[in-house]
Amino acid sequence: MFISIENTPPSFKGFTLIMPAVSVGNVGQLATDLLISSLGMARVGYVHTDCLIPMTGNNPYATSAESAAELCTNAEVYSLSDIRLAVLQIRAPVVKTKSRKFRKLITSWIKTCGFDKTVILSSSHAYQRDDQQLLGTPLRYLLSPALEQEVGVHLKELEWKQMERVCAFPGIDGSEQRLYIPGGGVTKGLYTDSCSEGIRMAVLLIFCSEGDNIPDAFSLLNYLNDWLHLVDKPTEASSQWKIPVSWRLLFGSGIPPAIF
Amino acid sequence: MATFFGEVLSVYSRAVEEDEDDLEDENEEDKRIRSEIEQKRSVHVEWCPEVQNSLDVTSEKTLPFSQFLIAVGPNAAGFLSTYVLSSGKWDSIGLVSLWNERSESQQYGVHLQQEAGCVFYKQKECSSVLICQCTLYIAEDQLFPWAEKVFACIQRRGLTVTVLSDAPLSEFKSPNSLYSTTPFLRALRTSAYKTQVSCQLLEQPNIATGLAAAVLSYCQVQKIPAVLYQCYSDVIVPNSITMETYKPALSSLSEIIKLDSCPNADVLKRLLKASEIQSNMYT
Repeated sequence: MFISIENTPPSFKGFTLIMPAVSVGNVGQLATDLLISSLGMARVGYVHTDCLIPMTGNNPYATSAESAAELCTNAEVYSLSDIRLAVLQIRAPVVKTKSRKFRKLITSWIKTCGFDKTVILSSSHAYQRDDQQLLGTPLRYLLSPALEQEVGVHLKELEWKQMERVCAFPGIDGSEQRLYIPGGGVTKGLYTDSCSEGIRMAVLLIFCSEGDNIPDAFSLLNYLNDWLHLVDKPTEASSQWKIPVSWRLLFGSGIPPAIF
Repeated sequence: MATFFGEVLSVYSRAVEEDEDDLEDENEEDKRIRSEIEQKRSVHVEWCPEVQNSLDVTSEKTLPFSQFLIAVGPNAAGFLSTYVLSSGKWDSIGLVSLWNERSESQQYGVHLQQEAGCVFYKQKECSSVLICQCTLYIAEDQLFPWAEKVFACIQRRGLTVTVLSDAPLSEFKSPNSLYSTTPFLRALRTSAYKTQVSCQLLEQPNIATGLAAAVLSYCQVQKIPAVLYQCYSDVIVPNSITMETYKPALSSLSEIIKLDSCPNADVLKRLLKASEIQSNMYT
């Protein structure tokens, strides 16, 4: 359920919504963090739901001591009305038995808000790629039929690769193909829901393995930027994105001096 | 995954569960079993008859309290037991009951002899303060319902919430070594909380999870003033030093909650005894 910070809820009519799927390596979430912090987006509300595990902390995008003391929750909505952009950041995994309820909540929220289009940033296990997926770029996209007509040609011009359908029964019967996004969390469910409900949705994903996924986040965000031009093209790689303060100590605390 | 020291650990993904496709094709029986489990895991708030009566007569079906103090974990709960509740001026007025996968082991556990529970207390004369002591394990899916159900019984107008919560030092991220300063307090507050906090705010990238996070998120979203004092300690069992660390957290409430000057020795002894190793080769 969306709860606005201000008493009058913001209007998202005609906005583009960008949100992550909680997926392998948390790449979508990292990319979303980069986007919010780089564009300096303002928080406009929360998604308050029992489908996500609770967590809180201080402002992950703090730029001063004062702004550091703002409490953040597990799912928050940020907005930049100049470029008609809304971003939903999700900071906790979906409760095991509630992924279907969560998908319903998101799709019905997308419909009531009247977003022009929704972009899901996601990832999939690199080790589960099939032969045709192994070569070339690790980046893939999917478009719901409602969005395909409009932007399909444009994305082909960018030489983007659509996510391949894989054989349902490899080696036995090649005729039955299915969409398979291992490690993608709710990605596939959200995409199929949006296809059946006529929601204009794009899924951008990257094949990756768990570890230091910061480079994957940059790749995914640059991929998104090639399409939507949210920031100007950089002169050198990744310099236009601003790493938030919450990415400090991503691999644990400092080394205890007592070991020396 | 290989660590810095070269050993290979088999770890689950930190982000996703693997069997998510299975949910798609469930039949009637699966659905029935799922809903039965869901029902079994639901959270119940029970009040003693007097309180239930006063709850029923009010038009909003809520209890009027101005301060709600929640202690999560053995040390936070122990702090309230030894410094506040031991004065004998408090009545237990209700509890939260729930079932999850750890309920049985908590009940019959050998090493955890201290009874786990989630109990509400109210002062005998003054009825403006509600205390909740929670040492119960609450599963991830039960945290949100806990906050929703408990706060549904409490009047929102004029309410301030204080949460005390235990946290292991190993979860605290800092570029500096901390072992000389432990245990220590860190605070998180909601936007509506305007009072000065009595310790440093929790630094990024540290976060709070569990019941403390569920309560604080609820208060942030509902615009209720709330503050969380998290005590990072390197000792996991109840101990007097960690309990004492919570003292400054109640300084802003000193008018209404009187702390005993020294901890109640009997209560303390009982708490510490419960966590002692009961039998090993050397005792």
